Formats: sequence, structure tokens, C-alpha cells
Amino acid sequence: MAKGTIHNKDVFLSEIAGKLGRERKKDVSLPEWQHQPQWKVYKNASPDDLLATFRQRSQAKDAEVVETDQAKLMETLQKVVEEYGGGPIVTTNDDRFAEYEIKDVLDNDHTHRWDTALGADNIEKANAANIGIFFGDIALAESGTIVQFNDKDIARSVSLLPITYIAILPKSSIVPRMTQATHEVHKQVESGKDIATCINFISGPSNSADIEMDIVVGVHGPVNAVYVVVE
Amino acid sequence: MGMKIGDKPFFDRVDDALENDFMRNAMASAQDRLRDKKLDATERDDQIGDWEEWRNAGEEIRRHTLENLDYYLDQLSENFAAKGGHVYFAKTAEDANHYIQEVAKEKNAKKVTKSKSMVTEEIGLNEALEDVGCHVDETDLAEYILQVGGNDRPSHIVVPSLHQNKEQIRDTFQEKAGYTGTEEPRELTAFARSQLRDVFLEADIGITGCNFAVAESGSISLATNEGNANMVTSYPDTQITVMGMERLVPTWDELDVLINLLSRSSVGQNITTYVTNLTPGVEEDCVDAPKEFHLVILDAGRSNALGTEFQSALHCIRCAACVNVCPVYRQIGGHAYGSIYQGPIGAVLSPILGGYEEYGELPYASSLCAACTEACPVKIPLHEQLIRHRENYVAKQGKPKTGEKMAMKAFGVGASTPSLFQMAVKGAPTFLKPFVKDGSISNGPGPMKPWTSIRELPAPGNDNFRTWFKEHKRGRK
Repeated sequence: MAKGTIHNKDVFLSEIAGKLGRERKKDVSLPEWQHQPQWKVYKNASPDDLLATFRQRSQAKDAEVVETDQAKLMETLQKVVEEYGGGPIVTTNDDRFAEYEIKDVLDNDHTHRWDTALGADNIEKANAANIGIFFGDIALAESGTIVQFNDKDIARSVSLLPITYIAILPKSSIVPRMTQATHEVHKQVESGKDIATCINFISGPSNSADIEMDIVVGVHGPVNAVYVVVE
Repeated sequence: MGMKIGDKPFFDRVDDALENDFMRNAMASAQDRLRDKKLDATERDDQIGDWEEWRNAGEEIRRHTLENLDYYLDQLSENFAAKGGHVYFAKTAEDANHYIQEVAKEKNAKKVTKSKSMVTEEIGLNEALEDVGCHVDETDLAEYILQVGGNDRPSHIVVPSLHQNKEQIRDTFQEKAGYTGTEEPRELTAFARSQLRDVFLEADIGITGCNFAVAESGSISLATNEGNANMVTSYPDTQITVMGMERLVPTWDELDVLINLLSRSSVGQNITTYVTNLTPGVEEDCVDAPKEFHLVILDAGRSNALGTEFQSALHCIRCAACVNVCPVYRQIGGHAYGSIYQGPIGAVLSPILGGYEEYGELPYASSLCAACTEACPVKIPLHEQLIRHRENYVAKQGKPKTGEKMAMKAFGVGASTPSLFQMAVKGAPTFLKPFVKDGSISNGPGPMKPWTSIRELPAPGNDNFRTWFKEHKRGRK
């Protein structure tokens, strides 16, 4: 990858150092933080406790939570799709659809699987879709949040453009809160890995309270959100 | 338009605001709701443990970051560029606008979409882009409302259109955008959605502000609710992010703490609906991501605070918790501050960024009750900084008004001369008699005028303390 450009850095940073009354620093170590309340939240919660919290917090944000197991996943998914008005559907291009044996249910005329070879047609299809289906990578109990590591196949549009999105989440992916997810990303950075160019934390449908502080669900993004949790 | 709002002097703006009962009621009601939601999500939420410890964590992180700002900005810019992004350090608003104009010209851009950003309001970016032939669409619902309305300006850092009610918004949409629906927020919002969907997909450049940048990975984090920031950063081929130079954290671990403080303190949510974290370097054949990513890091007066008693003002995470508890903001609303940064933090920041000449009177828009300091999630001593500003304004850079100077001098002479003081005390009831009605003054002269224009002043009694005390002592003998 070609390196980008940086303009005016040295003058700018030297002035900052000067105002701080010293030379520029070439090395700084993070201190051992005295206050770390984030790690105490739901510290000893069991997977069932986390699921219960996730369910309650998601529902409070107008997201529906449906629990199932892998054997019934296909049936559950069909039911949810029907309940929310059926196709057209758009999905990410994700091997997990095959792993979870639900690829076939989505192999039909109403479903578009993201395909970078088709270029901007993908966006048109997602924009016209009623439902978008994708896998969540991590889920946060405290806030009813799905974390998605987007790339060219795990497209951002699938969770953004359709009226409804359905996120499939293994129960084991539920962690207490954002702390565990951001720490995971921090570990990736430390190990020298390239992190996903878009790491999306999504909690329920889009909303706004900009008019008289009245919450309206469904602004620019999806109007409905369904989380299918797989045991 | 930049940071400044309106051309009237500060006290004239305050007078205008005090006469606008409708706006003041809207502000009071919004403030109550925002403050209550914040309390529910902070001190009253026992799931997150001790809120005070969270505040301490936030303060600790912000202090360390600002003390080592040059180092972390260096790290951020190198990591951002290593992944193919372009970084521009801008000393002034003009530098930032010029760079962005050049990018727009190079891309031959005509359509620009923006997500909500106070920093681009601060530098007047929309006008700069219009000057090079771009059409700019604001996409955050509140900013969209202000833009459709014409020249309206933000009255709150988090909810810029807070001063408008649904009926006004309906009328604006009807007059200026062909809306035919009712004043129901749901309908108004659906209208904005329908108007903007294609705009998002067709834009050439997407522009965002930055809640926090993450130095260790060269990433930008955006906390939003509407989904518009995701739209703005997914479909245009070019993304430009403008950040105030202090808005960064060392690593993803600290990002977690600050997003938590921001979400809970600003809108009372345990997390905003979207926290979108973007890093340059998308794959060549990626369809819904920008091909080019620019980061503009802005000083524009912020460095004036470094190494001074105001350094901790740069710890601010723009949650507006201080605005939502301020009794003065409640009465005068956002526009009276004459700056896009309002409330206590606005009264601290605006003089730092724009100087005492323009904003030196803002620190007086405070009762010094310290509610702001108590509400701040990163523990900025706001009321103390307001006092420091007042001292500086009077003693160093600024100058008290001639009238005020004369009045203080006269008071000094009067109060230090017993005979004059006695005369003034004795003469007060007689002098003020023409202004007294039913035992109080409602339209007083001279220095009483600002007070009595909005409330009653009890009329001075015929007795005064000295004569009463003399009588009292005589009686005890």
C-alpha cells in the first residue's frame, strides 16, 4: 500500500512542545491507570447472565432478540424474514453462512449476496433491499450492541441501507461491554496486524431525538433491528 | 460563517434572548430532559459502578494525553499515513479550509455531504466549499433543519436546533423544501430521510468531524445515532475528517472509557447507536468505502491554552453536560453567547480560541454556582477557569468599560469616606422614591436597570443598619 502524505507536521508539533515548555517527546509510555472502572462491570457474569442483560438492553433500544440453536437456525431465520416482510434481501459475503448451514435458504431470486465483482450494483441492490443479513463478530451485553469488522466482503451497506437488518450472533460472542471489544482491537494493533478499516458498533435501529427531544426510530439507517442469538 | 454568531454586543443579545419567552421555555424543557437522562445513565445507573471513578478515569486519560500531545499527534499522523491516508496539520481555520478546497478542486467535486461537526462550523467550511463551486448538504437532522431554514445557527453543541419547536420546523420544511405533512417528529424525520437518501449515494466527498482519533492505529471514531455518519463515510470516493488537535486518545483501551463518558453525559445513552471507527487502507475493489481519506488536524487557537491555567479546557469531550445544568444558559439560550460554543464550556473556550476582544464578556455569563464543574465527566474546573478569564480580562488583555470603571471608582470614594457613605445610605429611600411602587422597584435607574428589567427589587427601608444598631445598643443599656 502506498504511503500517504503528511503536511506541516514538524512545525506544528514543535510549537505544541514549545507551548508545553519542553522539547518534542520521542517516546512516551502509557502510565498504569489509577482508575479502571470499566473492567469491573459484569466482571463475574456467566454466559447466561450476559445473554439476559444483552436481551434486556437490546429490547430497551427497540431491537428484537430471537434465541435459537444451530439446528433450528434456518427455520428461525425464515420466520423472522417473513415476519419483517420478506425480500428483497442482501447479505454479506461471509463463509459463516455455509458454516452455519444457512447458505441454501438464502440462495434464491430474492437474495443478493455481496459480490465485489459487480461493483456499484451491490449498493443499488442493498438500497432496494427490505432486509440485510450479516453475522456480528462481537456482541456487548451492557448496551445491546453488535460489533462488525467490515471489509470488502463484509460490506458496510448490508447493515445500513435496508429497512430491517438481521444480525446473527453466536451466544459465545457476547462480552460484558465495549471494554472487551476495544481491548481485542488493541491487541490486534499491538501484534502488528492490520485492523479492519471499518469497525462498526451498532446498537439497534437508527434514531434521533433532535426534534423536541422526542425519540424517533428509523432516521437515515435501518428502521428495524433483529438479533438472532445462536446457542 | 465561522465561530461567531451575530454582530450585536453581548448584553444586547442577552436582552433579545430574555424577551423570547418561547425560546426560553424550549431551552428549560430540553435542559431538564437532557439532565435527567444524563443522571439516569450516570450516577443513578448502579450497573456501571461508581460514576466518580469513571470521571477520575476520564480526567486521568485526558491529562496524560494533553501533556504528551505532540507525541500522540505524531503517532496518529504516522499511522494514518502509513495506511495510505493523507494528513494536513492546519495552524488556522484558513489553512484548513484552503487545503480542503484544494482537495475538492483536484477531485472536481460538486456534491459534498457532511455529518454533524462543530469544528467545521467553527472554521466556516461550508462557505469555503461553496466558494469553489461545491454544494454542501448537512445530513444530521438538527443541522439539516438549520440548513433548510437558511441562516440559522447552532444553539447547543449536541443538539444544534434545540431552540426550534416542531411547529417551526414544519413551517420551515413547508416553505423551503416542499413538505406537505404535519408537525409530528416522526413525519418530519421521515421527510428528511426521503430527501437525503439519494444525496448520500451521489456525493463526491464526505466530510466528518471527529469525536476521538486513536493514535496507536491511525483511526477516527464517530459517535452518532442517525446513521448519517456511516452514509457520509461509505459512499463518496473521498472522505475528509476535520479534528480539533486535542481530540485523540493513545489506544483503543482509552477510547472505550471516553466513548462511555461521552455517550452517557451527552445524551444519557449507555452507548450511541453507532460508534463508527474508520482507518485508511481499504482494499482496491471495496465498493462501499472511500478510496481516499484525508485527516485535517486543526489548531486554530487551541494551542493558546497549552502550558497555561486553561490547559484542562482542552480535555473537553464536547458532551454539553455543563451546558445542560447551567442556570444562565437556561435563561439566555445558546445564541446569546455569540459563539457556536455555548454554556460554561463555550464561555471558557471561546475566549481561548477567539480572544478577549471578541469573547471577553462571555465568562460573565455565569453565576459561578459550579454546577458545570460538578457535571463535567472529565472534571474540568470550569467555574474556576471562568474566574481566571475574568481576572485576565480586567487585569491583562481586556479593559473594563468606562462607565463601569467610573462607577467602581465612585463607589470606592463613597465607601471609604464615612460622611459620604452615611449620606448615600440615608439618601437612598428619598432618591428612589419615584421608582417605588407597592414596596418594590420594577424599573430602576442606572445600575439597577438590568436587574429590575427582569425582576423586582425591594425598596430600601427608611431605617438602615447603622441607625438600627445604634437604637438597639441604646435599648440594651
